[in-house]
Amino acid sequence: MKEPKIKSIPYSEFKDNEYLENMVAELNKDGVNVIVGKLDDLINWGRSNSLWSLTFGTSCCAIEFMALGAARYDMARFGFEVTRNSPRQADMIMVLGTITYKMAPVLKRLYDQMADPKYVIAIGGCTISGGPFKNSYHVVPGIDKIVPVDVYVPGCPPRPEAFYYGMMQLQRKIKLERFFGGVNRKEKEEDIQDESED
Amino acid sequence: MDIKDRILKLQPEATFEEQGDLIAVVAPGKFRALMEALRNEGDKMDYLREIMGLDNGTELGAVYYLESTATYEQIAVKTMTPDRENPMLPSVCDLWKTAEIKEREVYDFFGIRFLNNPDMRRIFLREDWKGYPLRKDYDMNSNPLNMENEVNADEGDEFVIDSYGSVEDLKNKIFDRNDFVVNIGPQHPSTHGVLRLRTSLEGEMVKKIDPVCGYIHRGIEKMAESMTYPQTLAMTDRLDYLSANQNRHALCMCIEKACGIEIPERAKYIRTIIDELQRIDSHLLYYSCLVMDMGGLTPFFYGFRDREMVLDILEDTTGGRLIQNYYVIGGVQADLHPEFQTKVKAFIKHLRGIIHEYHEIFTGNVIARERLIKVGMLSREDAISLGTTGGTGRASGWHNDVRKHHPYGMYDQVDFKEIVYDGCDSFDRYMVRMDEIMESMNIIEQLIDRIPEGDYKVKTKPIIKLPAGTYSASVETSRGEFMAIIVSDGGKSPVRLHFRSTGLPLVHALDTVCRGNKIADLIAIGGTLDYVIPDIDR
Repeated sequence: MKEPKIKSIPYSEFKDNEYLENMVAELNKDGVNVIVGKLDDLINWGRSNSLWSLTFGTSCCAIEFMALGAARYDMARFGFEVTRNSPRQADMIMVLGTITYKMAPVLKRLYDQMADPKYVIAIGGCTISGGPFKNSYHVVPGIDKIVPVDVYVPGCPPRPEAFYYGMMQLQRKIKLERFFGGVNRKEKEEDIQDESED
Repeated sequence: MDIKDRILKLQPEATFEEQGDLIAVVAPGKFRALMEALRNEGDKMDYLREIMGLDNGTELGAVYYLESTATYEQIAVKTMTPDRENPMLPSVCDLWKTAEIKEREVYDFFGIRFLNNPDMRRIFLREDWKGYPLRKDYDMNSNPLNMENEVNADEGDEFVIDSYGSVEDLKNKIFDRNDFVVNIGPQHPSTHGVLRLRTSLEGEMVKKIDPVCGYIHRGIEKMAESMTYPQTLAMTDRLDYLSANQNRHALCMCIEKACGIEIPERAKYIRTIIDELQRIDSHLLYYSCLVMDMGGLTPFFYGFRDREMVLDILEDTTGGRLIQNYYVIGGVQADLHPEFQTKVKAFIKHLRGIIHEYHEIFTGNVIARERLIKVGMLSREDAISLGTTGGTGRASGWHNDVRKHHPYGMYDQVDFKEIVYDGCDSFDRYMVRMDEIMESMNIIEQLIDRIPEGDYKVKTKPIIKLPAGTYSASVETSRGEFMAIIVSDGGKSPVRLHFRSTGLPLVHALDTVCRGNKIADLIAIGGTLDYVIPDIDR
């Protein structure tokens, strides 16, 4: 099987390789054209090393994200340093902090405004399950109820190293995707046609 | 004159609750006259610290915490109404401006309408929210997740009693049809969180700002009502995460005061030092963010470089970088790391030697000075009336440092200056913070070699129960007076737990400060005011 390569970390050191293997098996079950496959590799190499994230910090985790941007943890090493303030220019949305009922429609709208292919990383206990605020009347118990999530990074807030582990998981996923031919397109042809008929 | 005599003289029918805080209880009909007298006569109680809404099961009401800025004398006044269908209380927003927004909070959570408050809209919850969540009979499942976008009304309600004695709803326009309204936030990099400002403009000048809060309202106060006291501690770190330890200090002090727990001397020293380290951490981040908001990236790296050193020190001892969960009832969770003292001393030496870089790159910079000096004026009267505590108030000449005037921890035994400027502008608000970094280092230096040996924690009962009553404790956090108020009925969880938000008055002050300034300065002014949104929304 094709193994995504992350600099300095061997494939076997990542803990959850199984989901990637399943993903690849599913993507490749009808076979892959050599030329298209190589083109995919090329474009994925570029995409995975220049992930631009939308700054979407709602609470504590956002401060740790700022620490990531500063000199000690320096996310520029991995190509994450360009953060965008407009969803239309972003590749991924890092949800940093609790999502409340009042914020939920805003998050959905921002997600809808992003251009495909787009990814979601849920950072911190609050975004994953509601965290310590799970029993509240105003907190969404997990953002996967609103938007599809690619990577979960647990912690309250996660350490910067955990951020990187999660972001590398996303890089690995992107490196295996098949961009050409619309295999990984989230918005399917039928949906688009349905909408235009409406 | 004793405060009790003074109130009895003004209002002979007042009764007193003396379990914990001294609270004067008056009927709603007599309430307004008493407040007017307290505000305007004798030692003026000109600072309204907090309004706490209250539901005791049968009656709804509010507790008002007052302080005099001249004598620092404090008093609480409570008024309750038995009407649950249509509860109404007189507004005090013409006496203290900060009541405008705090009464909105009480209305949002308890449904109490304040007569003559010009803007009785919800503040944290959606405008189509049903019910009032902090009432005891609120059904927790009554408002499922609504993914429809919220529509904000352009008019607020003002309830007045007309000449026939019936209640009339005057519709006050917030924005006119012809106003040019710019929507800033909630997803905006320079609002320091998910704050939304509806800003109307006259050309380039700000005409009015209507802050919309609640995008990170997590209902902490309601959740605390079903938690035990040690559990409630976990929530304070997540309010204002840049004052995590200081917030927790307030709640711990409040519970310790109620139970009569005396904490060991060593714990007091540790708490005071950690509080000050946290203040340095917060002010360094303040510097970084303010400068980044104004377009300078290099100082951001300066601030974070030194902030990481503070975090390392805290992490050694507490185990956490941001959320530390370090203070517990009766002391602190664990003893200091063996290298704590050496590292703190090395850090102070480092910061003292390097802080000139901060000033060279930003303070003396001509662009920074042009954009901060004489911009965003907040007069002393306004600062007190709006209740903008902390550095923002001190930059307007208001001596409001809780550490100085109501000392806790070891602050009564150290020698430190209360940093006060009287320029009232953005630049002085910035300078207060920079000077406080130096002052915090002074405090730490005085304490670091004197930490006594001994226990860092006293044993408490496994189940902590507070005697019935109302208790409060306040601390000076990095951005103002933070207050924890507990209403207990003797059980193991609070009947009501309320926090004074340090940021809510600051956001409320934005309208006053920014009016007539350029919209480009709004971001710089917001940066100097230094609010943290999760602390506002709770």
